[in-house]
Amino acid sequence: MGRKLQYVTIKGTKDGFTLILDDRCSYRELLDEIEEKLSVATREPNDNRLVPVFLETGNRYLNEEQINTISELIRKKKKLYIEQVHSNVITKAEAEKMQKENRIVKIEKMVRSGQVLEITGDLLLIGDVNPGAKVVATGNIYIMGVLRGIAHAGANGKTDAVICASKMEPSQLLIADIAARSPDELQVFNHEMEYAYIDHNLNQIRIDKLQSFTMLQQTYT
Amino acid sequence: MGEAIVITSGKGGVGKTTTTVNIGTALALSNKKVCLVDSDIGLRNLDVLMGLENRIIYDLVDVAHGRCKLNAALIKDKRFDCLHVLPAAQTVDKTSVNPEQMKQIIHELKQDYDYVFIDCPAGIERGYKNAVAGADKSIVVTTPESSAVRDADRIIGLLEKEKNMEPPKLIINRIRKQLVKSGDMLDVDDVVSILAIELLGIVPDDEAVIAAANRGEPIALEPSNYASIAYRNIGRRILGESVPLASFEESQGLFSKLKKLIGIR
Ligand SMILES: Nc1ncnc2c1ncn2[C@@H]1O[C@H](COP(=O)(O)OP(=O)(O)O)[C@@H](O)[C@H]1O
Ligand SMILES: [Mg+2]
Repeated sequence: MGRKLQYVTIKGTKDGFTLILDDRCSYRELLDEIEEKLSVATREPNDNRLVPVFLETGNRYLNEEQINTISELIRKKKKLYIEQVHSNVITKAEAEKMQKENRIVKIEKMVRSGQVLEITGDLLLIGDVNPGAKVVATGNIYIMGVLRGIAHAGANGKTDAVICASKMEPSQLLIADIAARSPDELQVFNHEMEYAYIDHNLNQIRIDKLQSFTMLQQTYT
Repeated sequence: MGEAIVITSGKGGVGKTTTTVNIGTALALSNKKVCLVDSDIGLRNLDVLMGLENRIIYDLVDVAHGRCKLNAALIKDKRFDCLHVLPAAQTVDKTSVNPEQMKQIIHELKQDYDYVFIDCPAGIERGYKNAVAGADKSIVVTTPESSAVRDADRIIGLLEKEKNMEPPKLIINRIRKQLVKSGDMLDVDDVVSILAIELLGIVPDDEAVIAAANRGEPIALEPSNYASIAYRNIGRRILGESVPLASFEESQGLFSKLKKLIGIR
């Protein structure tokens, strides 16, 4: 084989390997070269641990099937597994989903008993959530009104989502998959201008004054 | 052409029929032409509260199915020539009438009456849909109990989705001052702040209401009873007068006290 191998670059890092894939050659060429490169004898780790690989695909879009193929290939060759795929490009559908998840949806209404308000993104509700009503958002929930019913923030698993309300009298709060019932499980102070979040040390929902919200955000960023 | 107002609640036993009968009587006292439609098919009782049950020959279902003319089914009140009742059927169930037929009947009634009140059955199924079908406006009745308020909220949510209908108005029935004071019952301000719709009136809890119902004479006919005054005030508000809440109607909440202090209702 006289071709110069140049489409795949392997870099060792302290966490594992980074595989940088050329984004202009054909997909077939990529597979061939990965196979070749990994066939070269390298120092195998002594234990049976799998070593993580970070895949950099540049401006190439790899669909799920293609990533699975690569994943199988490197798994077969070496004790490697794909920890993360990083690409500069995403599909339009993914972009739209991301945009939806990052938007703030403003709704002005009373959410009444028996009604469920579900949105993708952050919810800004101007109105109350009454007993027997429910609001659900994939992001945060901000209620300019009284929360008397159920609120579920981070509905797709976002554990750093918060629920804020002008007045907190919820019958139930959920963030990601953690639930808290009121009032036995929730320590509500004077009900006004409070927010709920997951305390990651205790892995349970806590309620605090809204003033401390900004402090919490600072520790995250 | 008159207007049709449905009186509804979600929960049963909170006073829809009592309210319908007494508002109707109050408006008849003001010389309005009023028709009361009992849409609680299978559980007819509006006629009993009016003392008219022995005059029924035809009913709503007969009209809907063309077995008689609308006029033949209408019963004239004992006391007022301008007050009529269209009774519900007793022997069949709610599904024997559909919303389209109801709409037609209510439309026809509106030609002849100033006000058509439709007494709605409990629940949110067929009976509710029938009752709401021909209505232009709605009144939601609740008592100051959490379960009744929650059902009222549910109904308000449904009424708000109805096209061609004004936002519902609220009547809080069976207010008992002692219980409110002791905190065992929601007060008027609690109920209004949860339901967030316009308050049309509040009616005190009074045994005389039950006694009057048993005699088949609406309480609204009594000149000095508090519940009677409350119903007549509601009647005047429906006619467009601005009638302040009477002292027995007032709640204990801070907001109402403030309003009283600065003289707005
Ligand atoms: N303000 C009131 N004070 C005392 N009793 C009342 C009052 N309003 C209604 N009631 C009683 O409550 C019961 C249920 O009332 P009703 O009008 O039949 O309710 P619904 O039509 O909503 O089922 C009846 O016995 C009635 O006499
Ligand atoms: Mg009734």
